[in-house]
Amino acid sequence: METLINFLPSIIIIIIMFAVTLLIALYSTYGERKVAAFLQDRIGPNRAGPWGLLQPFADGVKMFTKEEIIPVSANKFLFILGPSIAMVCCLMTGVVLPWGGELTLFGRTFYLQAVDLSIGVLYVFAVVSVSVYGIMIGGWASNNKWSLMGAIRGSSQIISYELSMGLSIVALVLMTGTLSFREIVNQQHGGILHWNFLMQPLSFLIFLICAFAECNRSPFDLPECETELVGGFHTEYSSMKLGFYLFSEYINMFISSAVISALFFGGFNFPGMDWLLETTHSQNIVTLVGVGAYFIKIFFFIFFFMWVRWTIPRFRYDQLMNLGWKSLIPLALFNLAAMAVIEMVKHQHLFGF
Amino acid sequence: MQTSFTNRKQVLEQKEMNIWERMYLPAIVKGMAITISHFFRKPATIRYPEQKRTVSEAYRGLHILKRDDVGAERCTACGLCALACPAEAITMEAAERKPGEENLYREEKYASKYEINMLRCIFCGFCEEACPKAAIFLEEDFAVANYSRDTFIYGKDKLVEKPKHGTKAFDVVKVGRERELN
Repeated sequence: METLINFLPSIIIIIIMFAVTLLIALYSTYGERKVAAFLQDRIGPNRAGPWGLLQPFADGVKMFTKEEIIPVSANKFLFILGPSIAMVCCLMTGVVLPWGGELTLFGRTFYLQAVDLSIGVLYVFAVVSVSVYGIMIGGWASNNKWSLMGAIRGSSQIISYELSMGLSIVALVLMTGTLSFREIVNQQHGGILHWNFLMQPLSFLIFLICAFAECNRSPFDLPECETELVGGFHTEYSSMKLGFYLFSEYINMFISSAVISALFFGGFNFPGMDWLLETTHSQNIVTLVGVGAYFIKIFFFIFFFMWVRWTIPRFRYDQLMNLGWKSLIPLALFNLAAMAVIEMVKHQHLFGF
Repeated sequence: MQTSFTNRKQVLEQKEMNIWERMYLPAIVKGMAITISHFFRKPATIRYPEQKRTVSEAYRGLHILKRDDVGAERCTACGLCALACPAEAITMEAAERKPGEENLYREEKYASKYEINMLRCIFCGFCEEACPKAAIFLEEDFAVANYSRDTFIYGKDKLVEKPKHGTKAFDVVKVGRERELN
């Protein structure tokens, strides 16, 4: 019984997080269309509900009620497995993210985080790299050359960019000395100057570029590039299985934004945090404002993802590979070496051991 | 090397990009500044069914058969519009005005039937130009949509201008409509 009560906050947080993630992904589709419209001097969806606010639900109903087609030559089991993996993996990543600080309710104090894994950053990387199987399996099982080419592009792109993503994070971990998200966020406490994007601008830049590639977002949306590959890996998909693929892309975007905000933009820290704690003497208020601040950062990055998508054209395949292997990885290695030297000098290990 | 016969040929200059250009980032930042400036611009959209684009006075939309000041139809069924029509969309039948109908038809001859096939019409406005009595005009209404083809043949009920209140034609049309309803 006691263990159940100890787990209860985590379970509640997981359920809330699940719902919030899905809701945000739902409204990201609406946001994407609105942002695209505004950037192109249009007004976007405005028919379903006020300002088109019910548009995502209309799209959802459409997706669910469409005819579901599985090609005769497709491998049926893998065909269904593909979107399932994509969806499950992107929902799993949010578990380790710290949504807020301490909260005291009913005489209990707990963190607004489902699980505080000591290897949280590694966990996110592991799950994200599994999610490429969703694309690969889906593309292969479709038994269609366009799907297969999209899948191959997707997997090669993600493998190439995961390397430099990992290296940029290693540099960050070198500085923070921990892989736990909570620790990394707590270390950024105390004003904007302590946020990691100022300490590690190069890491931030590389991580941001790789996050775009990991999410298969433009300008790295080669796996589903319509102009060359019909629809890429999801050419043969219809109905809600297609919906899962599209949905997982938006969830990935949300999670990437959350990871970027946590690692480089101080997570739930906000300027004036200590002042608010001194004036209100309530950790709960500070925590809730912190959650708000975190979500504002996340929404900004979601907007940034969309902004970039409607600005920059897609890379050619060779340009993509050149950028990944010839620019980003050397840059990340240089960054890592430089960080190592700086850390050594900082801790007097270079000459004083 | 083959000589060019026009002066349009230009040799493209392909310089090596310098390090600043090869980083892409300045160009990307510039591009993003351009797109975000559009974000705050007024959208060019006209929300169509609620708002309509204002058209010029010379716009050629759907036809209207005009009445004169006392509300009498101007058309005398001379057939010049049908003759001028390159799409052969106009047909009409003439009839003679009876005594007592002076307020309904201006001349002794009038069109008892006047039909324009809107699927044939190309909205060129030649009928308007041909009309000696200033009876037919192309106005600004333009959205013709329906489910069946026969509804696109517009008769006098749709073409003739609605009579003004207080004219004889107004009363006649009103009586006729009431008779139809009863």
